Amino acid sequence: MRRVWWKYAAIILLIYTFIAGFLLDVPRLPILHETIRNLYFHVSMWFGMIILLVCSLVYSIRYLGNSDLKSDLWASEAAKVGVFFGFLGLATGMLWAKYTWGAWWVNDSKLNGAAASILVYLAYFMLRNSLDEEQKRARISAVYSIFAFSLMMVFIMILPRLTDSLHPGNGGNPSFGKYDLDSNMRMVFYPAIIGWTLIGVWIWQIRIRMALIKEAMYTLEDSQKRE
Amino acid sequence: MMKKIFLLTFFVLIAWMSGFAQSNMDLEMADLMRSSGKIYVVISVLLIILGGIAGYLFYLDKKLKHLEKKIQSKLNNL
Repeated sequence: MRRVWWKYAAIILLIYTFIAGFLLDVPRLPILHETIRNLYFHVSMWFGMIILLVCSLVYSIRYLGNSDLKSDLWASEAAKVGVFFGFLGLATGMLWAKYTWGAWWVNDSKLNGAAASILVYLAYFMLRNSLDEEQKRARISAVYSIFAFSLMMVFIMILPRLTDSLHPGNGGNPSFGKYDLDSNMRMVFYPAIIGWTLIGVWIWQIRIRMALIKEAMYTLEDSQKRE
Repeated sequence: MMKKIFLLTFFVLIAWMSGFAQSNMDLEMADLMRSSGKIYVVISVLLIILGGIAGYLFYLDKKLKHLEKKIQSKLNNL
């Protein structure tokens, strides 16, 4: 019970996000109307995903330094939760697109880049599943994870900025800065990011604990067999 | 024979009803998702997230249940 305060913080921040996110004033923009409030939900999913994938990257690099299987476990579980957030980001983004751009999916560099980077991470899980030996799996997937992260940055941060995109924050379009420069929105946006990310970290922690129990069980099983 | 008649009426009914829906769709009515400044889009987005997280929790719950059962059976075998 030592370190639960951040879980309460996550809930309080989310409650604040829901109340303030629906009630505070937002800029009146054509086409978007009230959907600008999706900034607190859709966009924070992607922020949560990127933060969790950064955690995954950090633990992958750590693994390469210390060869501790725990680092590998933390890295892979973070990537799983991150990709889950990515799927939520895609689903919410598709709905938002339907009612502002008029289609569930448009051939846009940002959207395709996001989908492609999720596929890159799905390949990471398949790679992990296809390798049996633990140290080998950990080493290869740590290297791949660094590659996957850099590829994701190129796909969702760099390429969309080089071309025209419907999605705000990219080349040829007014950036999201215009909307969140509105200090009212920032007051909700940043707490929303922290709140959703903490939920992700919470799920990450639960996944790690489950994996550790599983590992402990197999270790016990092995020691029993040897007796 | 009865089955055929039933199926026929069923399809005719479906066709008739979808024709209805079509003629309503053509007009720009106060369709729910676009009403009140599209606020229902935001609500649906929030519901997608909530549903996603709930689904994920149920999935984790199932995995944990599986683990618990395994451990319990190990304990019983001791």
